[in-house]
Amino acid sequence: MSQWIYIGLFFIVGLIVPVGAITVAWILGPKKPNPIKQATYECGIETVGDSWVQFKAQYYIFALVFLVFDVETVFLFPWAVKLGELGMFAVVEGIIFILILIAGLVYTWRKGMLEWA
Amino acid sequence: MSFWKDPLKVAADWLMGILTGWGMPEVAAQVLIGFLGVLILISILMVLDIFLVWVERKVVSRFQDRIGPNRVGPFGLIQPFADIIKLLIKEDITPSGADKVVYNIAPMLSMMSVLILWAIVPLAPTILGVDLNIGALYIIAAGAIGTLSIIMAGWSSNNKFALIGAFRQVAVMVSFEIPMLTMLLIPTILAGSMGMNAIIEKQDIWFFWLSPLAALIFLITAIAELGRAPFDMAEGESELVAGYNTEYSGMKFGMFYAGELLHAFTYGGFLAILFFGGYRFFGLEQVSPFLAIAVIIFKAFVGYWVIMWIKYTLLRIRIDHMLAFNWKFLTPLAFTLLMVTALVNALLAGTSAWLYVAGMFLSNVVLAWAALEIARSYSRKERGKTEGVKKVVTTPRSTP
Repeated sequence: MSQWIYIGLFFIVGLIVPVGAITVAWILGPKKPNPIKQATYECGIETVGDSWVQFKAQYYIFALVFLVFDVETVFLFPWAVKLGELGMFAVVEGIIFILILIAGLVYTWRKGMLEWA
Repeated sequence: MSFWKDPLKVAADWLMGILTGWGMPEVAAQVLIGFLGVLILISILMVLDIFLVWVERKVVSRFQDRIGPNRVGPFGLIQPFADIIKLLIKEDITPSGADKVVYNIAPMLSMMSVLILWAIVPLAPTILGVDLNIGALYIIAAGAIGTLSIIMAGWSSNNKFALIGAFRQVAVMVSFEIPMLTMLLIPTILAGSMGMNAIIEKQDIWFFWLSPLAALIFLITAIAELGRAPFDMAEGESELVAGYNTEYSGMKFGMFYAGELLHAFTYGGFLAILFFGGYRFFGLEQVSPFLAIAVIIFKAFVGYWVIMWIKYTLLRIRIDHMLAFNWKFLTPLAFTLLMVTALVNALLAGTSAWLYVAGMFLSNVVLAWAALEIARSYSRKERGKTEGVKKVVTTPRSTP
């Protein structure tokens, strides 16, 4: 059996179990909705305005920085797997690649993009 | 082939014989057997998850000098089952402003992202779901589904607390994913493979002794990935009510809660697999697969206990401090450690085992010391800047 069929089965069963639990709870539980019960919780006071508001741009910048690093780190995995066979040349090459990555981090840092305020 | 040596294969062969005897095509029979195997494993995990609720409550109560659940059943062992019955008969509330589809999918995805991690966990040399050759990447991929479920829950709840909690949690999770990815590279380098089983088989010496710093950074990033204290930004109870799951109740909340506990236990297991030899324990795994399962479950519980210990001991860190800690300290340290490991590994490749282990261990210790020293001198400088340079006041000593 292909490995990915097995992973697929895991996805299916992994989804069936929580769906089943929530469905059973939905069948067994009482259903007496009223507007006050379904109101948005905000420590007892009534909510003001919409929740889907503008948010801090810093979250976006962190996500951007993450994206660059994430993609570049994935390139390191094949290098890490074959490192034992490739010898010193590959090690030096990998170190140069990581140094370029770190240069990107230093640039972001110097630009002040890692500050929260 | 005895049942005690390879129970999975014996059971599969037996089922295969029955199913093909009924005239079922071989491919369909294999898929059905795989399905049954997955179903059994996930059912065991769910029962374990129920048990984890009890473990967590008992341990936290001991940390806080309480007794914990002790009324329902012996040592309160039946308590989580009572809780589950309560969760099942609770009303299913969807807040009026919520995005209903996304709101209902999020808890299911949260639980699924944890359960699918167990597809690659080797419980014994022969008992494992799939020996994926990209196991390390699979961990990150499954973790990304967990991140997705949190942002879905926060966004769809139509609640300001939930939204802020989700944003914070996702910022933390994606930030700490960089050092975690880098730390997954170190067992990969040492074992020459990304497969979990291959990594375990290479650990004649625990990778912890080859790279203690990597194990430590992996533990820190795992805690951040789990969103547990001291990194529980999403659930800053005193500031955000309950974070991304503020609007959830009943079984949907139960899914988030159970998912978090099982996630912590799973990362305890991954810590054991990547750095503490997995199911290996002085050749015990060769005796019987059942002993191997006992060993890895025990090691996972030790890892889980350490995660709980940290959670109930340390205070919450402010989000800007936490992100600064990650980007300005942990990420550069992780990349430096990766370079040092690759270099020392290549330099000491042909030498004796003792020299290799000593070289790797010492390089880690020196790097950790240097990093802490740099951080210390920097913080001393910063403190001097804000407080001003204190003048040394010398009081003239009165001469007799």
